[in-house]
Amino acid sequence: MEKSVVTPLKIVRVSTILAILFLLVGGVSVLTGTAGISVSRVMRGILARWHEGYLALDPSEETILFSIRLPRVIFAGIVGAALSTAGVVFQGILRNPLADPYILGVSGGSAVGAIIGILIGAGAIPFGIPALAFLGAVMTVSLVFAIGHRDGGLDSNILLLAGVIVNAFFSALIMFFIATSSSADLHTITFWLMGDMGMADGGKIVIMGLLLAAGAGIVYCYARPLNLIVAGEETALHLGVDVKRTKVILFFAGSLITAAAVSFAGMIGFVGLVIPHMMRMVLGTDHRLLLPASFLFGASFMVIADTVARVVLAGMELPVGVITALCGAPYFVYLLRTRRM
Amino acid sequence: MAIVRVTGLDFRYRDMWALRDISFEAQRGEFLGVIGPNGSGKTTLMKVIDGILVPEKGGVIIKGHAISCMKRKDIARLVAVVPQDSAMVFSFKALEIVMMGRAPHLGMLRFEGKSDLRIAHSAMEMTDTASLAARNMETLSGGERQRVLIARALAQDPEVVLLDEPTAFLDIRHQADFFGLMKRLNRERDLTVLAVTHDINLAAAYCDRIVLLKEGRIHALGTPGEVITEANIRNVYETDVLVDANPLNGLPRITLLTANLSGQGSRSKADAAPQL
Repeated sequence: MEKSVVTPLKIVRVSTILAILFLLVGGVSVLTGTAGISVSRVMRGILARWHEGYLALDPSEETILFSIRLPRVIFAGIVGAALSTAGVVFQGILRNPLADPYILGVSGGSAVGAIIGILIGAGAIPFGIPALAFLGAVMTVSLVFAIGHRDGGLDSNILLLAGVIVNAFFSALIMFFIATSSSADLHTITFWLMGDMGMADGGKIVIMGLLLAAGAGIVYCYARPLNLIVAGEETALHLGVDVKRTKVILFFAGSLITAAAVSFAGMIGFVGLVIPHMMRMVLGTDHRLLLPASFLFGASFMVIADTVARVVLAGMELPVGVITALCGAPYFVYLLRTRRM
Repeated sequence: MAIVRVTGLDFRYRDMWALRDISFEAQRGEFLGVIGPNGSGKTTLMKVIDGILVPEKGGVIIKGHAISCMKRKDIARLVAVVPQDSAMVFSFKALEIVMMGRAPHLGMLRFEGKSDLRIAHSAMEMTDTASLAARNMETLSGGERQRVLIARALAQDPEVVLLDEPTAFLDIRHQADFFGLMKRLNRERDLTVLAVTHDINLAAAYCDRIVLLKEGRIHALGTPGEVITEANIRNVYETDVLVDANPLNGLPRITLLTANLSGQGSRSKADAAPQL
């Protein structure tokens, strides 16, 4: 009987397995790339720091491994974890399996902010574009909240409609900017819209990591109330949850996580929609397990997708969003057909 | 001792009054039915008693506590609701659903412990759902799901259980099973039950007393024999019925007399006559 419920032990066990998976995936990703650096080469190179007689890595290899690939892997992991966590939150509070982190318009507002940043040359300032994108996201979240709230609570249907309208409005703005901008800006804008991991650096990792930690921490505290809300808002009330307050807190925490991810990495689709479903199919709906599992598996998934995006075409890099959907969609269809029905 | 005390309740949705001057008491261990036509305020009354809706005037006191001053969590320790079965977007296992009943007893980040599991298990034994524990709710039949929802209400360890038309989607056998189970729990665990139902015969068979609502006011309140009379039903439902005594237990029983069934209606009246 106990097997059917989530216990702390089960959470620790699943999280440990998924964390090991992430380390493996990350390790493989660091070693994968057009500049072939073998495992044994890296091992010997690392050993050379402490022991005589091993051949040290040359500076270019060191740069590729530790200043380009490693930050990129960590960054991709953070973004994947963020989008998957936000996906779980929005599917939960909206009680809608079609919800994803972008459904309430955060991405649209963020994109407009980023595009304005690109057009006015804010890329020259450190964090110029992410800051403007984040500002756009925050303004959008406030706008959607203002439209969607009623008597201190959030009505899921109104919220969804508000999100659709806001997204449509921002899409129009984005198209306007694309139609009127020069071809040099166009390439930057397109890549930003499709999601770009190439700009990973220490500063971004720290800021993004802190925002994610704050958001995910808040979300995790509300894991059980979220279970009850998913079972039904009235049910949650009957079982003692302050539904209005919980939904508002989760709305803002989910939006914070999404805004951070989009501002730094652009619009990477599919991860936030699909990872929560995959984890739910395998592990069940209890958010105390679903949230950490989606966080960790989302991180691994994004690192895999980004690695494939880097190496699949010789001499060029694909936007990671292309890969997330290309690998994610068929796997999702497979799960849908084999697990549910 | 009155465990639920409702005094002078007025409630309105915007400019439409849904409840006017409702006052009644339910004693500890009582099975109280609430009947009335659609729109007479039954569900609204349940929501006001549970504190989900806030009345314009008057108040609800449960076990000496005014509902309006309580946190949701404290209410949930006193009052459980067995809702109508409704579809869930994301499915939970039956045991997970029952364990949710322990939520009002746990701190924010506390996990359910052994004792909670034991309580959930005994609630499932009592409702004959223990064998369903590991099943997904969406794979259960309507009757099974409804029993799981009762188990959840029991796991809440409440003093009062509210039933809001819980048998609306059940066939007659499961309706009878449901009320039978509620009646047994009502007796064995001294639970106070407030049940909204459309089925007047079921209400008559299982309730100690019945509240009959008409347009948001109490039209009649008393034992089934006092409330379920031809005059009361005609007055409130604007429908002609035959009320006779159930030959098995002597409780009132209604039979609908509609225009196009009048032939059958009068025949049953003739059949029923000797028993009266």
